[in-house]
Amino acid sequence: MTAELAGNQIIVEILYLVASVLFILSLKWMSSPTTARHGIWAGEAGMVLAICGTLLHHGMRYQWIATALVLGTIIGVPLGRVAMTAVPQRTALSHAFGALCVTLVGSAEFYLRTPDISRFMMSVLSIEVVLGGLTFTGSLMAAGKLQEILPQRPLTYRGQNFVNFLVLAAALALAVYLVLHPEARNLFPLMILLALIFGVSLIIPIGGADMPTVISLLNAYAGLSAAAMGFVLDSKLLIIAGALDGSSGLILSIIMSKAMNRSFTNVLFGAFGQVQASAAAGQEERTVRSATPEEAAAILSAAGKVIVVPGYGMAVAQAQHKVRELYDGLTKRGVDVRFAIHPVAGRMPGHMNVLLAEADIPYDRLVEMDEINGDFPATDVALVIGANDVTNPAARTDTTSPIYGMPILDVDKAHTVMVIKRSMNPGFAGIDNPLYYLDNTLMLFGDAKAFVGSIVRELGGGHG
Amino acid sequence: MSSSSTLINALFIFVLAGFIGFEVIRRVSPLLHTPLMSLTNALDAIAVVGAIVLVGEHKSQLAEILGFIAVVAATSNIVGGFLITDRMLRMFKSSRPAPKP
Repeated sequence: MTAELAGNQIIVEILYLVASVLFILSLKWMSSPTTARHGIWAGEAGMVLAICGTLLHHGMRYQWIATALVLGTIIGVPLGRVAMTAVPQRTALSHAFGALCVTLVGSAEFYLRTPDISRFMMSVLSIEVVLGGLTFTGSLMAAGKLQEILPQRPLTYRGQNFVNFLVLAAALALAVYLVLHPEARNLFPLMILLALIFGVSLIIPIGGADMPTVISLLNAYAGLSAAAMGFVLDSKLLIIAGALDGSSGLILSIIMSKAMNRSFTNVLFGAFGQVQASAAAGQEERTVRSATPEEAAAILSAAGKVIVVPGYGMAVAQAQHKVRELYDGLTKRGVDVRFAIHPVAGRMPGHMNVLLAEADIPYDRLVEMDEINGDFPATDVALVIGANDVTNPAARTDTTSPIYGMPILDVDKAHTVMVIKRSMNPGFAGIDNPLYYLDNTLMLFGDAKAFVGSIVRELGGGHG
Repeated sequence: MSSSSTLINALFIFVLAGFIGFEVIRRVSPLLHTPLMSLTNALDAIAVVGAIVLVGEHKSQLAEILGFIAVVAATSNIVGGFLITDRMLRMFKSSRPAPKP
């Protein structure tokens, strides 16, 4: 770049600066639900300014640009209208699209610039396309697993980590070679191919329960690859947007790994695929107490404080609207009802909040784990709907449990615990839950939606 | 072409923006982590500007084709990302009456 900018370019750069500020404000306003929608407007305004600035800058060949923008909009609108339960796979898919864009632009720049390219530029370009490539296929795999097109369970084989390592090492070796010999242009597609393969093999061993972590991590990768693209194009705006996205993904990954009791390095290297040993052994006959909807309704309406603990099972049973009716019915009787949200409830960070908000449950009734855990001893009834492992007291006490050390919701400390569950079969992870055998636990056997519906009917009928 | 000083400039911007990102996003309520992710996704699609330049400048056939696909992919993220974030945020309602602005 020359030191002197033309007048037109200065305007463009100022537009980019304003867009950067708007992007940062956009994220700042996300700190609270009351200001969050300003955040969208700021983001949209920044985006429009940046795109207009770019069009202004390069006054040429608008026809294909317009066609691509229209096509993208046609694809984007239905992706903005998916059901709230499908948001995780939509998010994974959009990580894939973002990474695809970055990889394609990087590839085009490679062929435009080589062989006259500085070593630094070639290094950043390699980072851009390798990170972009693996994020593209990795996100597609994650979306496939979430959409249940691909099997949810982890696929593992002997020496898997070694094979993955080899693929990545080969891609990086090619990158180093290209930095030293950028004229070897026919090696470039091979490097991308290896990155694409690595993305697939990275996600294959990961099970459905780990998806919140995986999505966050892919988010971080997508952001970092975009920042690398900013270095290549010398675009400050893109560096800033990529850095913001990257740090967001990183923070969410850290939160998720803590909530799953995985070390951060464990997450960084994608080794979250350990198959959880099923601790089904040593099952002596233990008794559980069960209750009918009538009994449950009587206990709930006599309670002063109720905490509902929803899990993804509630969303699978499509029970959230019945849960809202239950919330309404109990609130009308003067019962204080709140919802305890575990960080990994749902299939991506914050997913459960969205599902409950969709059912019109006020957000100030949704309380995070750390804030609500101290309140369980003073709670009359904890009602667990479709959650299992996140309520398992063995995580606190049983060092042999596969989930030992994972932070859980202390529902067992409530005066009465009620668990809606189809049967006594152990859950997804195959871990037995001692909560069900406690003296203060009542099992409510049945489909979540039907059972909550029956409780609501009982509450409605039993006035006075 | 890029001298070492533009590299240093770029690194400065990257590191400082990363810090801002960390501090700003740490304060985002966990309540909104899903909309946060779809919003950052839409913002990240600002990569579209690089792709637009590729299509507009038409330096080679290959660059134009790759750029075209990249514009489509990024635009779908911008449109879809903002749409779904807005839909989600509209659902978050308080049980208390909304404070007057």
